[in-house]
Parts: sequence; C-alpha cells; structure tokens
Amino acid sequence: MATESFEKRADRALGDAQLRRNFAFAMGNFILKRQAVFSDAAETERLRALGSAIKQRALSRLPELLTQLEAACTRNGIRVHWAETTAVANRVVLEIIQSHAASRVVKGKSMVSEEMHLNAFLASHGIEAIETDLGEFIIQLNGETPSHIIVPAIHKNKAQIAKIFHEKVPGAPYTEEVAELNAIARRTLRRKFYEVGIGLSGVNFAVAETGTLCLVENEGNGRMCTTVPAVHIAVMGLEKVVEKLEDLPPLLRLLTGSATGQLVTTYVNLITSPRREGEKDGPREVHLVILDNGRSRIYQDPQLRRTLQCVRCGTCLNHCPVYTRIGGHAYGFVYPGPIGQILTPQVEGLEKAGELAFASSLCGACEEVCPVKIPITELLRRLRDESYSAAPDGGVPGRGCRQNLVERLAWKGWELLNTHPRLNRLATALLGRAGEYLPPGGPLERWMRYRSQPQFAPRSLHRRIQEEGIPDE
Amino acid sequence: MTPESAKPAKIYFFGTCLIDAFYPEAGLAAIRLIEREGVRVVFPPGQSCCGQPAYNSGFPDQARAVARQQLRIFRQDIPVVVPSGSCAGMMKHHYPALFAGTEEEASARALAGRVFEWSEFMVRVLGVRYEDRGAPLRVTWHSSCHALREMKVVEFSKQLLRQLGNVELAELARERECCGFGGTFSIKHPAISGALVNDKVDDIERTGAERVIGGDCGCLMNIAGAAGRRGLPFAEQHLAEFIWERIHGD
Repeated sequence: MATESFEKRADRALGDAQLRRNFAFAMGNFILKRQAVFSDAAETERLRALGSAIKQRALSRLPELLTQLEAACTRNGIRVHWAETTAVANRVVLEIIQSHAASRVVKGKSMVSEEMHLNAFLASHGIEAIETDLGEFIIQLNGETPSHIIVPAIHKNKAQIAKIFHEKVPGAPYTEEVAELNAIARRTLRRKFYEVGIGLSGVNFAVAETGTLCLVENEGNGRMCTTVPAVHIAVMGLEKVVEKLEDLPPLLRLLTGSATGQLVTTYVNLITSPRREGEKDGPREVHLVILDNGRSRIYQDPQLRRTLQCVRCGTCLNHCPVYTRIGGHAYGFVYPGPIGQILTPQVEGLEKAGELAFASSLCGACEEVCPVKIPITELLRRLRDESYSAAPDGGVPGRGCRQNLVERLAWKGWELLNTHPRLNRLATALLGRAGEYLPPGGPLERWMRYRSQPQFAPRSLHRRIQEEGIPDE
Repeated sequence: MTPESAKPAKIYFFGTCLIDAFYPEAGLAAIRLIEREGVRVVFPPGQSCCGQPAYNSGFPDQARAVARQQLRIFRQDIPVVVPSGSCAGMMKHHYPALFAGTEEEASARALAGRVFEWSEFMVRVLGVRYEDRGAPLRVTWHSSCHALREMKVVEFSKQLLRQLGNVELAELARERECCGFGGTFSIKHPAISGALVNDKVDDIERTGAERVIGGDCGCLMNIAGAAGRRGLPFAEQHLAEFIWERIHGD
C-alpha cells in the first residue's frame, strides 16, 4: 500500500504528460477493439445478461460449489489448499516449493499472486519468481507493479520498453522493433521453462462439476508454466468457481471480447489433472490454492456480493475517464480502476482504501460495458454511505470512518435549505445579489482552480415564475 | 414524429436547483415551449432539489429528506417534466431505491413512473415541430452521462436540434465521455475533474462550434467555467433556451 493520499498520487500522474499519452492511446485502442467484437448491441446485451446470470447463480451457491470443486479436483488428482488470508496462501505456496527443494518458480500472469505480494514473499525466502507474461516480465525488470490487470506494462510505450530491455537484459541491444523486443523476451524466458521445476499460474474459471481449471492467455507462457515444469501451482480467488463446463463458452466470449477485443484467445487451457499414467507431458503434481482474503465476508452481503461477479477483464479500466487519465499506479493498490474502487475498500477496509470510492464522477461508463453487469456506481454509493454511516456494527470494515462534524453540518444545512421553501428563496435571493462576493475558500476555491467563478442569476427561476404568473397548482 | 401517448392537459415542471440559481432563462424557455403546445404547466413553489448531491456523497438521510419534500409536492397523477437528464434520472431511477422499505416507497415509485426528461417529453409525448428562424450557426452537443446512460434520452434531444434547419450540429469526437462534473466530485477531486473538463473543452474547441448546447446545466456550468477560465469564446446554452431563441429568430 502506498503511503501518500490518492489525491497526491493522482495529481502526480496527471502531471506526467507521457503517462497520460500512453494511457489515452492504449485505452482508446482497447475501446475500439471491444466495439468491433461487440458491434451487435442486442446480442451483446443478451450475452451480458447471460454472463451476469451465470455468475450470480454460481455465487448464490458458492459454499456448495466450492465443496464440489474440491471433491472434483481431488478426484482428478489435483491437491486443493484453502487459504483464508494472503499470508496463509503465501505459506502454502512456499511449502510446496520447499518440498521440492526448488529455488525458482516460473509464473504466468496472476492478479491473485499480486494480491498476495507473492514475489516479494518468495524473495524473502530466497526463492526467485520469474514472470513470463511479456508485460509482467517488463515491469519485473523495472521493479514495478502492474498498472492494469490485463496489460500490466501498458503505462510504458515502445521506446520506454526498449530502454528497459537494453539496460536490464544482459546483452540486449537497444531496439524499438516490436518483433526484436519480443525475440529478446522469448530468448530470455524460453530457457527458464526448461530449467525451472515449478510453474505457477492464476485461474480464470474453475468448474465445480468437472474439477477443471480454465486459463486463457495469448503468449503461450501460461501453457508452458502449466505443462513443462514438474509441479504446477494454481492460485485463485474463491469467487472464480462456476457450476458447469457449459458455463464456460459464454463467459470466455465475454471475457476475451471485453478484455482484448478478441473472439477467442490464442491459448485456452483446460487443466483437469496432473499427468496421467501413459501420458507424455504435463506436470506430475497440480496444486490449487483457493484464496479467501475477505471474499467470504463480501459474500455475506447480497448487495456487496455482486462485486464477486467480476471476471477481471479490465474493460471497466479501459472505459473509465478517471483511470485513463491517471493510470493504475495512482490508485495505490493491486486492483486499479472501477473494479479496484469497489473491491479494495471492501478487502482493505474503508480507513485504508475508502477514499477510492469517492474518486468517481459516477458517470457509469464502466457498468455500461461490464460483461457481467456489476452495478458499479450503486456499489460506489454504498461504500460512500458506509464511510459516513453512524450505524454501529457490520457492513464494510471501517464503517463510519469519514464521519466529521463539518460535513455533517454542511449537509444538514443543505437539507434545511431544500426543505424550507422560504429559506431557500432567501438564500437564492442573497446569492443572486451578492454571490460574486462569496469568500474565496473551501469548495469554491477548489471549483475555481480550473474554472471561472460561477455566476448566480440575479433573479432565481422561482422568482421569475412568480413574476410571470405561471400557475403553482 | 408521432407522439407515443396522449397529450396531457397539464404537467408539473421541476425546475432543478441549478437552473433555479444559475440558469433561470433555461427553465422559463422549457416552460414556455411546453405551454406553446397547449399544455398547462404547473410550477409548485415549494420544490427545491432532487436530492442527488447528498445521495451521491454518502448522505442518504439528507438526500431522503430533500427528496421527500418533492414527493409531497408533486402529488397529482400528472407528468413531472425535468429539464435535466441527471435530476430526472435521480427521480426516475433512484427514488425507488432511496425510499425502499419506507412508508413513502409506493409514492416514490408512482412519482418515478411519471418523470420525463424535458426533450423526451417534447418528442415522445408532444411530438413537437419547430421552424428555425435564426441565422446559420454551428453548434456542438454535450451529452450528460445520466441523460445518456440512465435516462437514455440523448436521441430525443438531438432530434429536436436537427429540426433547426439553420443549425449545423458538429458532434464531439468523445461525446460519450464524462465532462468531469459529477456534482461534489468536481470539488472532492478538483485535479481529476479539471483534467476531464479541460479535455472536454479541447474536444469542443476542435469542432469549431460557437456554442455548446446541452440538456444538463451542471455539465454546462462545468464546461463553461473551464472554457471561461481559459478565455475561450464559445458559450454554453441549455437546449430549451436555444430552441426558444431559434424559433423567435433571436
């Protein structure tokens, strides 16, 4: 977690012209790509309704499905581990690695592993985690965290990546040719897949019915990580479980269409067991680590539960006018953008992360495209309500943490003005006459940082209507 | 255009707090244009704000108190016409949730069912036809997020604009993007809001329009404020006021 306020981080990001250009360019492209695959509005709506229904149905049976998933995986030879916290999840992963006396892990892209801060944890135990997704590889070289949940290095342009490769990859020449940059990454990574005995990946969907782990990707590194090393460890949040294999086609269509504007990803991996007798490849051991980290608490509340429908496509980031201007790092937590703004305050608590819920104009661009129809603005409002709530217990951790006298009085005053017509007319009359002499502090000063002073009308609509004799009943 | 429903004898007009204090001409024009179609407009003087500022800021109790005032005032079973997509959206789509489980729930639902955004009412219910008497003018249109996504009425507003024969509509490149107003958001996050509105102003400037027309005075105040600060020449105007001007040849 970052130590400065969100506002400070956002201000700095806004001042970085290169960063803003990179995001504006990349997000604009993602929006166009998505539009191209979801050009039929009625069909897209049908598909989104289906995706939403599948995830809601799965969540309504969550405990049962998780039990079923564990049984099915176990039957298939996948070892299932439960982790209530990220600390437990990290320990589980560490113990598996240590049981094989390994000192390196090749990793496919996994946001849950970011949530666990797994790489740093493993490093503190002398184990090197090697990111093999191209974007993750770039930011790992540069000592950064992902700025986007699908395209982690999207804040970098070609020239910046060329410089990182040239400086951080031994023997790499400076080149801005994409094919050459890819070749450098491939050469560096390919050897690691053969050398390293442990592969780690995330999970996009886990099918309870069959005990199948579904993983989509475009670079083949995910398949390498899950088939070449002798041991495969998959980490997932417990909300990733779906009922049946049939649920996958619409969800995959929604996920890839929303995320990258693809009809299907280059690789769709369905992992159902370790290498079986007589099979020539595949890991000897497959482990599934199922992480809770606050999710089961979110699950308890029917409204908040809808947060867990998320399939991590990242399209809410791409369409968010705030995210596209400040980028992912400014949010200060693992999950940026609209999904991060509703998820992080619930997981980390309102004291630590509640300010994220306020960093939205509630324009609704995110929920308009969300493939599983998460009511993001409704949830942002809920978190705002919780932040100021005087209700004692329950709800989101840190409930009521923003309560303060100044705002309470301001809103009470606003209420009085808007429930007492005479007072209201008096106030607008005063502002109409003397509005320009308002003291230049507080909200007005913040408004006027980027705008001229608002001009109150000399006579309000109420007064004009009275003068014009428009009927009042 | 054929109206979709019968023309009511009278309607309520909800002026909104921003129009009341900043853009009364827009409110008057919206009323006159309805009256012009032979509909009696009732403006109950006790009306104030839809309650959205508090509703979006984490103060639902205060929002409810202010919304209750409107529920009490707009009682008769006649349409409530609102010259703002955002305030109309609040009343139509959020009042039922705001009053869920309270004794006013039924009346909140009833009111929600009677709410029309102004341009929607003019097109869908009144089926108005306008003759443009103004001089040739190039304008652009700003869609507010709530008119676009909650009320879904932008098409009606544009239908009205397109009736004005001497008006050239130059559309924005990023019409669907928020102008950064967001009510209290513009004050809580001035820098982000400022970045958004400045990008919107750039977009407007690139159209070469002399005026930006919109259906939501919050957005217009935001956009005009940022343009004014930068000393840019274009003016902002509510659609109703613009139409009133055009059909009178002003």
